[in-house]
Amino acid sequence: MNSKTQNKIAIGTLYGVAGLVVLILLALLGYILVSGLPQLSWHFLTAPAKAFLKGGGVGVQLYNSFYLLILAMLISFPIALGAAIYLYEYARDNWVTTTIRTAIEILSSLPSVVVGLFGFLFFVVKLRLGFSILSGAFALTFFNLPLLTRSIEDSLRTIDLSQREGGLALGLSRWETITRVILPAAVPSILTGVILSAGRVFGEAAALIYTAGQSAPALDFTDWNPFNISSPLNPMRPAETLAVHIWKINSEGIMPDAKAISSGSSAVLVLAILLFNFAARYLGKRLYKRLTSA
Amino acid sequence: MFVSNDVSTTGTMQKRHIVQPRDAQHPIVLSTEELHVFYGKKEAIYEGDLQFARNQITALIGPSGSGKSTYLRSLNRMNDRIATVTGRIMYRGVDINQSDIDVYEMRRRVGMVFQRPNPFAKSIYDNIAFALRLRGTTDQHELDEIVETSLKQAALWNQVKDDLNKSALALSGGQAQRLCIARAIAVKPDILLLDEPASALDPVSTSQLEDTLLELKKQYTIIIVTHNMQQAGRISEYTAFFNQGRVLEYDTTSHIFTNPQVQITSDYVSGNFG
Amino acid sequence: MKTTQQLEKQLKRHSKAAKLEIWGKVVSFSALLLIVAVVVGIIGFVASKGIATFTSNHVNLWDFLTDKKWNPGITDANGKPEVGALPMIVGSFLITILSAIVATPFAIGTAVFMNEISPNKGAKILQPVTELLVGIPSVVYGFIGLSVVVPATRAIFSGSGFGILSGTCVLFVMILPTVTSMSVDALRSVPRYYREASLALGATQWQTIYKVVLRAATPGLMTAVVFGMARAFGEALAVQMVIGNAALMPGSLVDPAATLTSVLTTGIGNTVMGSLQNNALWSLALVLLLMSLVFNLIIRLIGRKGRLQ
Repeated sequence: MNSKTQNKIAIGTLYGVAGLVVLILLALLGYILVSGLPQLSWHFLTAPAKAFLKGGGVGVQLYNSFYLLILAMLISFPIALGAAIYLYEYARDNWVTTTIRTAIEILSSLPSVVVGLFGFLFFVVKLRLGFSILSGAFALTFFNLPLLTRSIEDSLRTIDLSQREGGLALGLSRWETITRVILPAAVPSILTGVILSAGRVFGEAAALIYTAGQSAPALDFTDWNPFNISSPLNPMRPAETLAVHIWKINSEGIMPDAKAISSGSSAVLVLAILLFNFAARYLGKRLYKRLTSA
Repeated sequence: MFVSNDVSTTGTMQKRHIVQPRDAQHPIVLSTEELHVFYGKKEAIYEGDLQFARNQITALIGPSGSGKSTYLRSLNRMNDRIATVTGRIMYRGVDINQSDIDVYEMRRRVGMVFQRPNPFAKSIYDNIAFALRLRGTTDQHELDEIVETSLKQAALWNQVKDDLNKSALALSGGQAQRLCIARAIAVKPDILLLDEPASALDPVSTSQLEDTLLELKKQYTIIIVTHNMQQAGRISEYTAFFNQGRVLEYDTTSHIFTNPQVQITSDYVSGNFG
Repeated sequence: MKTTQQLEKQLKRHSKAAKLEIWGKVVSFSALLLIVAVVVGIIGFVASKGIATFTSNHVNLWDFLTDKKWNPGITDANGKPEVGALPMIVGSFLITILSAIVATPFAIGTAVFMNEISPNKGAKILQPVTELLVGIPSVVYGFIGLSVVVPATRAIFSGSGFGILSGTCVLFVMILPTVTSMSVDALRSVPRYYREASLALGATQWQTIYKVVLRAATPGLMTAVVFGMARAFGEALAVQMVIGNAALMPGSLVDPAATLTSVLTTGIGNTVMGSLQNNALWSLALVLLLMSLVFNLIIRLIGRKGRLQ
């Protein structure tokens, strides 16, 4: 076979492979949306779940997902920010830094179920926090920290070295330069990273089934006293999230309309992730424009 | 007015011709003694002792890689984390190269402007005001006044006085560099170090910048690195010629340009270098 | 000279900036230390629980790794508990390797298409789709596996439809976007002049891709595949939903089976802390953790080798 025919066959095959992959991926997305979107209604998104009957919603789970997400981000953001600042701005290139970087890489490659099991062992059992929002938020924090740290470090890297020199030459300390000059300039890029990581946290389930638990007690949305057991703000109550809900009803299957609810929930998850993606891009671009425009 | 203390040396070493400024009206405010700079084990500067006269402009010239920028950046210890600097840097009688010197306090007296304009991603006003705020100037009138005088001194006020709240990143290169100068003088330094400040600018902006510097030397001692010999000739009183990490010649600018004592200097200033 | 002394004093006092600098270093380093502590904590806790099976329950490590019977509640004829983890270890490796074998040609083919053949369509269609799919939660993959793949397998091969094959299908689709986008990065890092030089010598596009681009990108592509395998190996819920959860040596690809992660997710909640049943599960978790360290090490070695070349 001469090289020209070979070339044609190879390129044709690659077209085929790429086409097939697009087909698979689009079919996947299509399936989620086509089977899920018809399930969505105000009732579905707000009503509590029903264990043995048809017609339950995912209101509590949806709320729990957001509450856990916000708590986890509130805990993990400052830690990741501090760690990224040290790694990028202060750390010297020596064995300590290399070791720490390796540790962070290991954390990012740990299966989330292992992170969840550690959370179970440490927070649920050892610290006696029980299956609770708080245990779940810590587990999600651990899950989120390495990637968020790396993403913030990448954001810091996008700010030119000359900005740092500019601050130092004015007699500012490195810390003041970072917090007053570098971080404000890096906000658009950091925000994009934070929102993208939020998407990951929002859909995570394996780290949560043994930390935040698999039950969603009914919530009283008029009671905002965090010490009451049915208050949505109570951080010590067990809280099944949307992602855990999908897993749970499919593994137990005692719900007559489990499939419809899973379809609906999957669509909600995917739409939320889509939303996170678009928001990240849009806000990042907009903020950047605002920062640089006259 | 100019007292020569010629220390020309010849011999096995390359010929050098160093004449430190001696002028009662313009006493020495900054000098280096036995300064050596190392990048790791590699020595970047191994002979570069100069004295700088107050309220004068001193130009550091030389081919690229000659160590002039490294030398300049050592003066306010911007090289601290990058290189090892040994020897003494005497600022008004105090060695500022000692480890117990507070570099932040020192850099407020020895300011710096860089090769590429580096305005912060803030408004024009905040670019100048924010370092002052961090050091406790909170009075709005005082800040307004400092911003205005700094911008006027940097000859930028007329162009931006109505746009003070606009982003500094929207300024043109020449304007941005003058903003950086305004920012540097707003903290009221004693000495201003400029590292090829005009290399990224067009000829018109360059000439405006030079006028600004001539104006500024009434209040500040200016040390400027430049690769542009005409620029050195136009604005500086003293010129030091660097080559391969050494100062080969230091004298008044007119001497350097009309009667250089070292062959390489002569080649360089006449454009026959290399 | 009084003024000199005054100046020296001013220059040597500890300024606010210097204090802030120390504060900043301490604060940011503490945050970093906290992350390191978490890593050490996770490895320490899981390891100490995981070796309890061998130290306090006196299970033989070799038996644990090679016995085929997993029934920690029951003791066999010799009075030894049945804690053979081989079925799960085999299950995990099997679905990992199979899904990687299927996904690799698709992922690399797509990446080549996106980067070399049609960068336009790649950027417009494939890039956003893969990026979006990287972010889809694994339970969603599991649910689709359960409602599409399992019934399909059941229809074709009879039986329950649960098993290694369904697990492989789900993991294939799941790691495909990740491996693809990492492969694209690997191809992108090959300098443009490599291609130009090859094409200028008269090589066809395919020859250029095959002999120059893919060769140069090999370390990056291998990293992408190993990364995908690590993800497949550690995936819990999506696999657990379609694998059938029978802790038996898989007889065929369509028999119900189990993986380390699937047994962990179903088991931990149903055992009592400190019991042998529970300890044995932690040993599985330890195997999982060690394997993720191994994957990490492989990625590092590939990276180092790539740099040496």
